[in-house]
Amino acid sequence: MSAEIPGRAVELCIEDGGPHATYQALLEQHVLAFQACSGCLSAIFPPRLRCPRCGADLLTWRASAGRGAVYSSTVIAPRGQEPYAVVLIDLDEGYRMMSRIDDDAVAIGDRVVVAPARAGSETIPLFAVEGARR
Amino acid sequence: MMHERALRGRTAVVGVAESDLGEVGPGITALDLVEQGAGRALDDAGLSIGDVDAVFSHSAFYGMPTVTLAERMGIRPRYSDSTATGGSSFLAHMRHASAAIEAGLCEVALIAYGSNQRSASGGLISSGQNHLPSYETPFAPRLPVSAYALAAARHMHQFGTTRRHLAEVAVAARRWAQLNPAAFERGELTIDDVLGSRMVSTPLTVRDCCLVTDGGGALVVTSAERARDLRRPPVYYLGGAEAHWHTGISQLDDVTVTAASESGARAFDLAGLRPSDVDVVQLYDAFTINTLLFLEDLGFCAKGEAGDFVSDGALAPGGRLPVNTNGGGLSYCHPGMYGIFTLIESVRQLRGEAGDRQVADARVALAHGNGGMLSSQVTVLLGDASTV
Ligand SMILES: [Zn+2]
Repeated sequence: MSAEIPGRAVELCIEDGGPHATYQALLEQHVLAFQACSGCLSAIFPPRLRCPRCGADLLTWRASAGRGAVYSSTVIAPRGQEPYAVVLIDLDEGYRMMSRIDDDAVAIGDRVVVAPARAGSETIPLFAVEGARR
Repeated sequence: MMHERALRGRTAVVGVAESDLGEVGPGITALDLVEQGAGRALDDAGLSIGDVDAVFSHSAFYGMPTVTLAERMGIRPRYSDSTATGGSSFLAHMRHASAAIEAGLCEVALIAYGSNQRSASGGLISSGQNHLPSYETPFAPRLPVSAYALAAARHMHQFGTTRRHLAEVAVAARRWAQLNPAAFERGELTIDDVLGSRMVSTPLTVRDCCLVTDGGGALVVTSAERARDLRRPPVYYLGGAEAHWHTGISQLDDVTVTAASESGARAFDLAGLRPSDVDVVQLYDAFTINTLLFLEDLGFCAKGEAGDFVSDGALAPGGRLPVNTNGGGLSYCHPGMYGIFTLIESVRQLRGEAGDRQVADARVALAHGNGGMLSSQVTVLLGDASTV
């Protein structure tokens, strides 16, 4: 772990609402947000109120650069639809999240980059293999 | 304060039963199956409703499961526990019941489960609705299978485990099921059948996934003193432990190591036993990868070596370690939360009444329950009279 708080500071666009509401509001602006603990410098995801590592009430919102590596991947091929990969991604800032990559050739270890997409009325953080044509 | 080790041998399972299994048809509710299994388990113990003063249950079909069960059966319990850790719940109930009995909070505990998921919906019923925002479902994983598939894919990447190793688990389960008249799937199944069956979520095929059946079961637990006067040979509680680290699979730091590594070590310590002391093993095999992970995490082989450990029919009848001797969730029965069946089969093996699938000289059994997405892990060690 680095000795610095991970990620880039974000200007909060909203002041009310819980951790998820804040995360989603940032995502609507195509900011992939996570939290960092000023107490133990951990990167925390999904959003919450207190650090699950040290218990401190010192979480601040940070912006991820949206880059990471595939930790694991499973391909699903629904009948009549294009196959897609559900992946676990280790973000460079030091946290993990699930996402989807619409490329069934994605492999563990591949470098990936966030590609926010609309899903119904919300934006969700899909990813793509870095350098791949989309 | 007493040490938990003091629970060793202080309580015993004195009655077990399954409800009707498989596909019970329309018009039978989940509660009907709970009542049926519980009634049969009490009959097995030679006890009646009036003897029961504690109820333990969990359900995905109705709220307040112990309250609902007690009303249905006319039980007025003084102790009631609806611990809900998915399919592992019933193993947690076993530990809680043992502690409560030893503390004098109750004397005769009924642990029961039932589900008509196959007849009702044809799909896997999960352990409770979730109205919270999800950081997984927007990406369309097929839950629960994709969570287990992500663990399997990583295990293969990290340790060289193969789909053939996974298939060994399914084939061994089927070979045990062929010896169990109550098993749902008893037809021939080969490694190639598993490898060639429909892919659900890579690397897991439909034959790497548990069945979707109806079914239920129950256990009656009481003090060792009271157990000695009952009609069935007591099966003693030697130790049990619970652990959970995450709910969603994205929150498990290393998806190749589950909290079974913690529950198993603690249960063995409490029971004063080691994996080499175990004669028969019942693992919650919701998916073939479970069996590999739990064999490693519980200490039957080293981390990463389960693929080799299970090869060449090692878990099947006549193999090196009898695992899931009823046929498991893969071939015997899987009504949504399978954990209670790991205990029921352990008891049957330790009583020596498992028929064609009986393991010779079974004295110590390990039952291991899993809940959620490899989330909740509960290990229970049981033994016959020679172990206490
Ligand atoms: Zn912290």
